[in-house]
Amino acid sequence: METEKDRVARQFMDAIPHAQALGMRLTLMEDGRARIEMGYDARFVGDPETGVIHGGAISALMDTCCGAAAISHPDSPGITATLDLRIDYMRPATPGQTISAEAECYHITRSVAFVRARATDDDAARPVANATGTFTVEGG
Amino acid sequence: MARSRPEPVQVVKQRRDAALKALVDGVPYIGFLGVRFERLGDELTAIMSFDEKLIGNPRLPALHGGVTAAFLEITSIIGLSWSMLWEDLESGAVDPERLTAGHLPRLPKTIDFTVDYLRSGLPRDAYARAQVNRSGRRYASVHVEGWQDNRTRPFAQATGHFLMPRRDG
Repeated sequence: METEKDRVARQFMDAIPHAQALGMRLTLMEDGRARIEMGYDARFVGDPETGVIHGGAISALMDTCCGAAAISHPDSPGITATLDLRIDYMRPATPGQTISAEAECYHITRSVAFVRARATDDDAARPVANATGTFTVEGG
Repeated sequence: MARSRPEPVQVVKQRRDAALKALVDGVPYIGFLGVRFERLGDELTAIMSFDEKLIGNPRLPALHGGVTAAFLEITSIIGLSWSMLWEDLESGAVDPERLTAGHLPRLPKTIDFTVDYLRSGLPRDAYARAQVNRSGRRYASVHVEGWQDNRTRPFAQATGHFLMPRRDG
């Protein structure tokens, strides 16, 4: 049976056409934390010589995951938009592997949510990218 | 003083456009997002045609923040590669026929990328231009601005640092 949390998570993803286009799967979204997976797809390749996924696709994954973390925070009224997002690319993601992002909204005020995230492939001990972002806090 | 006759304009244009097309067509993700480039001399403008799959918030509707970031990052990488390629192409160091045959230069790698979202992205075409502020042997710093209807009202801007491909020789 679908729980209330599952329903909120599913509705969040279903409502975002671009998350659908990139095949994102949300596996956690509660209390200011979110986790989203994105499978490898040849259409998302940025470096044709190595088959490594484009940084832009990782940005989209990070942005979606950070937004999900922000609106799932208990103090968030439920709507958000990105104000600023910085991504550090530590190493290329291994071609063929699913990329998983985990985000945490570590502080929220009436106006701003502060979020950080990291993305990993199968080798979770060596993150692919880190993100830091600020998001608007808006009512429903 | 004897000066060699300039090449016919269509020869020059064909060489430059073919090189740009080879560079852009080599990256699958650029095609996935529907981004193309227009060239005036050495200046490039990236164009992202609107498509439903680029939407992040269907209620407004607005472009996905990740789409905006990706669009600006693509513009930066192609802009930076083009500025390197331009010199080699004009000096004859790079053979355009080798490029179109798939022998493309290695692309710069993004070290970090920071996007500043100024207004929500509207459900229509978007444009962007990159400016290479510093391009060294190993690192480069690029600034990029994206706009839609009005060039003086950008909807997002970004700055990124890039690791330059090794130029062995």
